[in-house]
Amino acid sequence: MSKPSLGIIGSGRLGTAIARQASAAGYVVRLANSRGPESLSLIVKVLLPGVIATTVDEAILQSDSIVLALPLNQYKSLPVQLLKGKIVIDAMNYWPPTEGEIPEFMNQEVTSSEYIEQYLPGARIVKTLNHVAYNELEQHSLPEASPGRRAIALAGNDADAKAKVELLINDMGFDAVDLGVLSNGRRFQPDTSLFNTRLTAQEIRST
Amino acid sequence: MELGVFSFGDVQRKVGKLGPTHESVTNLLEAIQLADEVGLDVFGVGEHHTEYFPASSPATILAAAAATTKNIKLTSAVTVLSTEDPVRVYQQFATADIVSGDRVEIIAGRGSSTESFPLFGYDLRDYDRLYAEKLELLLQINASKDGKVTWDGQFRPALNDIEIVPRPKKPMDIWLATGGNPESSIRAASLGMPITYAIIGGHVSRFAPLIDLYREASRQYDVSHADTRVAIATPGYIAEDAKDAKDTFWKSWSWTMTTLGRVRGFAAPTRQHYDSESNVDGALFAGSPEEITERIIALHKKIGHSRHIFQMDTGQLPHDKFLRSIELLGTKVAPMVREALKSE
Repeated sequence: MSKPSLGIIGSGRLGTAIARQASAAGYVVRLANSRGPESLSLIVKVLLPGVIATTVDEAILQSDSIVLALPLNQYKSLPVQLLKGKIVIDAMNYWPPTEGEIPEFMNQEVTSSEYIEQYLPGARIVKTLNHVAYNELEQHSLPEASPGRRAIALAGNDADAKAKVELLINDMGFDAVDLGVLSNGRRFQPDTSLFNTRLTAQEIRST
Repeated sequence: MELGVFSFGDVQRKVGKLGPTHESVTNLLEAIQLADEVGLDVFGVGEHHTEYFPASSPATILAAAAATTKNIKLTSAVTVLSTEDPVRVYQQFATADIVSGDRVEIIAGRGSSTESFPLFGYDLRDYDRLYAEKLELLLQINASKDGKVTWDGQFRPALNDIEIVPRPKKPMDIWLATGGNPESSIRAASLGMPITYAIIGGHVSRFAPLIDLYREASRQYDVSHADTRVAIATPGYIAEDAKDAKDTFWKSWSWTMTTLGRVRGFAAPTRQHYDSESNVDGALFAGSPEEITERIIALHKKIGHSRHIFQMDTGQLPHDKFLRSIELLGTKVAPMVREALKSE
């Protein structure tokens, strides 16, 4: 069975790391950024052979799932209409020391992904891939059932979307641990014990 | 192969608290002096604005060191160019360069620590646009034949045939520094700039594809008089005994990572993680002179870099140990590396 297609918005360190892992796992990967596909032609040629450089719109239209791997402070550049009905993996973090304070994300009651869910009506948001250092997506990747295999947490309100994202996480070399509804994503935001820590599925569940 | 040291101006520990920042400045000057005396090629001072990394004004320290050293190249590592005025950066470094007799360089970065943005009133949403514009202006000022610059941009007032002085005898070397964003490698190549890769963790070899990207982009852009040197900047610490080196560096490195983790929201590192990264392909070059020599040579064979600089003093490394590590890099490691690579 052929793998689903994955669109990645954001071509920085995280976006390119996810592209490499998903492409190696057999996914058709489209990579896009705000500067257009020309800015990516050398990057895909040298770093990501097999990955398709395209526009943000095309990456969304042509892909089953979309990863948001842009800096959170650029979220208003996302095409809201095109993301309706899509599985949208929110790998962004509200992380003031890195990207500065953003007033609308300063409300501690609402997680950044819940805010994004409100901003993108109809998008099927799954929060994940946000709590692993980009280089460790490659370094810690292991085949299924390997002892000590690292796990990645996810949270979301759409069970079918989460099931598909769990398959992606597994294909990228990690156990997926569903922590429930989207608001539970606060358990693996910056400043939590799950953030940027190497843990197994068992360890995440018991944290 | 050039070998050297870079520092953010570590402070000493004084009975359970951080020592004074003035001491950090004088310690840094002493370290640069020693690095020159033991024949190291380069010393870098990196701009940070915290009580534990107080070297907020690298050009000032480099200018002072320029007057007391003879041969060593002096560079920022890095200048957070995005939150500086390129005209002022040029003036300060050019002045230090003249004092030194053409030994001063600039390594310009976007900044992975972002404390200078709120400090100087810049918006992190402009993170990349600020850097792109200011880098272009800095390069233009540096390359100007008659010192005059005409320029127009978004983030500072236009310059209309303005003379920027003083002028060193020749343009300074200006490097681009990157922590691994692929587009930064392409940017350096497109501007004909040499590049420094700052590798603070993980496997060093994961940067090999980025260096391929830089070199491939350099070929494609084919900028005339391009400088395509590749430098590597990593944590590192040397002591006579390998175990002593690893134990000592663990204390200071883990303090720094734990502190940064508290600021940036990630968990404290474990000793197991540290041990896995201070061997073979890891980014942490803590060990005996022989071990570090071997690792530098092995890395050079993989990626062909022409400069490797080490950040030794973080997390209140005792100053005498910092000086000893500099001495060992200059007197033990450097001669062995030069001997091994002399046929190149």
